[in-house]
Amino acid sequence: MINDLYDRVTNETLQELIADYPIVADFFINYNLQNLENELPFSEALNKVDENILIDFGLNKTTVLDQLVLFLQTVSGEEQTTTVQEITILGGQTKSEDVEEFVFSIKSGEIISIVGPTGSGKSRFLADIECLAQRDTPTKRQILVNGRALEDEERFVMDGRLVAQLSQNMNFVMDLSVGEFLEMHAKSRLHPNPTKVVAECFAAANELVGEKFTLQTKVTQLSGGQSRALMIADTACMSTSPIVLIDEIENAGVDRRQAIHMLAKNEKIVLISTHDPLLALMAGKRLVIKNGGVYKIIETTPEERESLAKIEMLDNTLQSIRNKLRIGDRITPDTI
Amino acid sequence: MRLITVAGPPSSGKTSVILRLADILREKNQKIGVVKFDCLTSFDKIRYTEYDIPVLVGFAGKFCPDHFFISNVEDAVRWGMREGFDILITESAGLCNRCSPHIRGVLAICVIDNLSGIHTPRKIGPMLKFADIVVVTKGDIVSQAEREVFMFNIRQVNSNAKIIFINGITGQGAFMLGKHTIFAAKIASLRGYKLRFTTPASVCSYCTGETRIGEEYQNGMLRKMEFP
Ligand SMILES: Nc1ncnc2c1ncn2[C@@H]1O[C@H](COP(=O)(O)OP(=O)(O)OP(=O)(O)O)[C@@H](O)[C@H]1O
Ligand SMILES: Nc1nc2c(ncn2[C@@H]2O[C@H](COP(=O)(O)OP(=O)(O)O)[C@@H](O)[C@H]2O)c(=O)[nH]1
Ligand SMILES: [Mg+2]
Ligand SMILES: [Mg+2]
Ligand SMILES: [Zn+2]
Ligand SMILES: [Zn+2]
Repeated sequence: MINDLYDRVTNETLQELIADYPIVADFFINYNLQNLENELPFSEALNKVDENILIDFGLNKTTVLDQLVLFLQTVSGEEQTTTVQEITILGGQTKSEDVEEFVFSIKSGEIISIVGPTGSGKSRFLADIECLAQRDTPTKRQILVNGRALEDEERFVMDGRLVAQLSQNMNFVMDLSVGEFLEMHAKSRLHPNPTKVVAECFAAANELVGEKFTLQTKVTQLSGGQSRALMIADTACMSTSPIVLIDEIENAGVDRRQAIHMLAKNEKIVLISTHDPLLALMAGKRLVIKNGGVYKIIETTPEERESLAKIEMLDNTLQSIRNKLRIGDRITPDTI
Repeated sequence: MRLITVAGPPSSGKTSVILRLADILREKNQKIGVVKFDCLTSFDKIRYTEYDIPVLVGFAGKFCPDHFFISNVEDAVRWGMREGFDILITESAGLCNRCSPHIRGVLAICVIDNLSGIHTPRKIGPMLKFADIVVVTKGDIVSQAEREVFMFNIRQVNSNAKIIFINGITGQGAFMLGKHTIFAAKIASLRGYKLRFTTPASVCSYCTGETRIGEEYQNGMLRKMEFP
């Protein structure tokens, strides 16, 4: 692999190299080399630039070649994520240090909800999964991946790649349009077909919201609901992380049901901490947390699923009242 | 004693991360001390003192904080040895983006935050490029996508570093950093150690106090831009 990259870097013209690896353009920008002559191979093109540019970065004409190979190796290795068929959570201890006795496995494609009073430890439960706790967090829980405990070294390698997160507090901070934002994410994911995935993602996000937005809208100008919708669609379509942790998205004003299905569709493991009955019952199972420990594990019964339809009707009624108020209509007892 | 150098842009969360790390290290009965290298003023002394962490603060004034760091770090280590710390942490605010305090054979941490803009990792220079661990803070307030692009941009510049996400307020993720501190080499002195990257400040007349603008006042090492 390395030798192959060395050959390419030595023999191909910059044009060919950029055609094969569009991301390589970033490398040249990083080192102030964006004005190289594209028809030449790298080392020949370098002969025509001021060596001081390289010296500023502590490099010379030989070492910059090594850097480029290293860069290519890094960015082309980025896609490798561990396949996760199943995670298993082993109980630890509650806030009062009583034994928390349970073993719970979640398979890919499953949706699990976490419910419990405020301060009971729902976010802590998600945090344990995020860091793949090995009895070394306050809860002393252990997380197995595909049935296996993890060495610290493996956790370090997996860090940041296994888990995607969504929460109420998250915002967009970059100054880009929706289209540019999605393209940039696709590029960093080295997606083979960026145009296609950007279009998919954009369409999916708009399915989740009432008021549509365009590809030209700035991400920082999206409403709270629209932002959330874009984050959800982006996580569903673009993120390769096999586990999605959601901490309270209920007040977001998006189509929650569709949002959750969108996420679960791509064989991800979805965990939702929530106070929302609709989200809680949409999951196949729900964990009830009390005093920092898992107190009950409840499977959603067919009966509960039936009630889900009724709850949805209630929810729709509320939604229509909300909409009427929004457009300036009056409310009467008949509306309810 | 183990030595760890922590560097990062102002307000990236260095002090917060060090305090969260201190929580973890104290659980393991490690005695820690901090030396803060700052420019003009610093509020960090109060924060460390409130946390019962012995701290010394030095002000670089008109010098590049990293140059100031290098001229004083050997003495800082002596102080740490006298105090009997298990771990000495240096905190320095990288300002010029040209220098870095990282020393070969000493665990080097760079702290950057998600709010600073997704291209920031590509602009920071040796402070990031030569770090062993890159700590990313403020992930709690930006989107997953921005975190991913940010991480990708760090990888572009430093493909070898471990990237650790830490919430500087809740301490989420800090225990992972705690585990890495065992990789910090034990040292007794820094004599003979070398910087990971040269930190030349070309001495020009402005370095030495010149304030007047104009060709005739410019002496020493100069670099002129070309204007068309
Ligand atoms: N088993 C445990 N042992 C020790 N501390 C715990 C345990 N479980 C939770 N905690 C701590 O309790 C506090 C509250 O927990 P957390 O923030 O997870 O609550 P929550 O259920 O998410 O609340 P909310 O609904 O308000 O978001 C946190 O500081 C958390 O670290
Ligand atoms: N939301 C959020 N704020 C943070 C985080 N880490 C640090 N901060 C805040 O950022 C500010 C600057 O942090 P500080 O540790 O003083 O940065 P330093 O100048 O690099 O030492 C403080 O107000 C911190 O509370 C984080 O992970 N999330
Ligand atoms: Mg919570
Ligand atoms: Mg500080
Ligand atoms: Zn400097
Ligand atoms: Zn000068």
